[in-house]
Amino acid sequence: MIDHIGNGLALEVLRIIGVRELDKDSTVSVALHVRSQKMGWKDIVKVENMELSPRKVNAIALIAPTASISIIRDFKVREKRSVDLPDRIVGVVRCPNPNCITNRGEPVESELEVARRRPVVLRCVYCERQVDEFLSHLL
Amino acid sequence: MSLHGRDLISIRDLSREEIERVLSTAKKMIPYAEGTKVTHPLEDQIVAMGFFEPSTRTRLSFESAVLRLGGGCITIADASATSMRKGETLHDTIRMLSGYSDAIVIRHPNEGAARLAAQVSDKPVINAGDGAGQHPTQTLLDLATIAEAQGTLSGLRVVLLGDLKYGRTVHSLAHALALFGAEIVLISPPTLGLPEEVAEHLDRMGARVQTEAQLHRAVREADVLYVTRIQRERFGDEAEYDKVAGSYRIDNTVLAGAKPRLIVMHPLPRTGEIAPEVDASPHAAYFRQAFLGVPVRMALLSLTLGPKGG
Repeated sequence: MIDHIGNGLALEVLRIIGVRELDKDSTVSVALHVRSQKMGWKDIVKVENMELSPRKVNAIALIAPTASISIIRDFKVREKRSVDLPDRIVGVVRCPNPNCITNRGEPVESELEVARRRPVVLRCVYCERQVDEFLSHLL
Repeated sequence: MSLHGRDLISIRDLSREEIERVLSTAKKMIPYAEGTKVTHPLEDQIVAMGFFEPSTRTRLSFESAVLRLGGGCITIADASATSMRKGETLHDTIRMLSGYSDAIVIRHPNEGAARLAAQVSDKPVINAGDGAGQHPTQTLLDLATIAEAQGTLSGLRVVLLGDLKYGRTVHSLAHALALFGAEIVLISPPTLGLPEEVAEHLDRMGARVQTEAQLHRAVREADVLYVTRIQRERFGDEAEYDKVAGSYRIDNTVLAGAKPRLIVMHPLPRTGEIAPEVDASPHAAYFRQAFLGVPVRMALLSLTLGPKGG
């Protein structure tokens, strides 16, 4: 279960998870615009039978840095952690600079480093362009 | 830290101490760059010049630097004459060049190309300009020009004039000036101001930066006036360009109230920003600046490739 997603961002989280690729017998529950004591409003996503790859967790950390991930087995929370943004993010966000070498057909993955954490600002390791809007650049 | 075997991709790769070492070595290189003394620390070494976009000054000064140090060059001066035209990636071209040489100097139209080259190559890579990105050797020669004329880099008042938005040289230079505690004064057309991320970066460095609207007032107090080209294509309207370009033109009238030791710099080529009459004035430093490209690049190459401890 992914809780404490920023209000209105659950559909983006579903896109990152790759909900279309999930088995059709995995139940996906989505709650939008839920009252929250901590955040005022929040979204929640619950998916059965799924493990998140580190790359997907990094992408969620970018667009929903307040999110927490709980692993639930037999109706009990077995593990709960907040998403944690690493210092470098590889292959998750496309550099928005069309003239950056990473967008020119070279055999290289996008790589951005965290320039600032609150609010999150990334900097392309190659062209040094800063990125502060990620939704439209997620790979 | 030693520069031996290291890449130079961005001026941010160098500490203040490392910049000082390059500049002090460059000063010693001047008679060798002029040809009055001879040195061959790069004997039997080959430097590959990968110039994937046209360049005159930078390529020739790098080639001159290698030859003055007794090394040899292999040069790609025109990317359309290489396999890249057949679709070969930069990645593969650099792998090939690193097998043929002891170091690679790269100029490329895409930002980040030099960083990619450094990752791919097992030989040191020096960035000679990647698109609108970094051009660290230009910054080093700018600093060498200021240090030579003023005897210091600290405590100076440096005016950066012109296109501060797209002009890559001013972003790197402002970073380096901030390292040395210079006071930076910005003058630009309203639409061509310093990008916010560069301003924030300077702020985080604790740089002293101010914006000035009056050219005459800024010139009166300045130790260095660094002029950049305002490109016609940045303006939709030809008349607007003419008006803006005209109001930033440096001539002897503008310089009349300047300090005697003020130097006027320009990365060249100029297109009317500095009147030819200024060439004869003691303030003109831009041709000296272009010459210093050779000893600065000699210094960098000898520290990177020469005997260890260079």
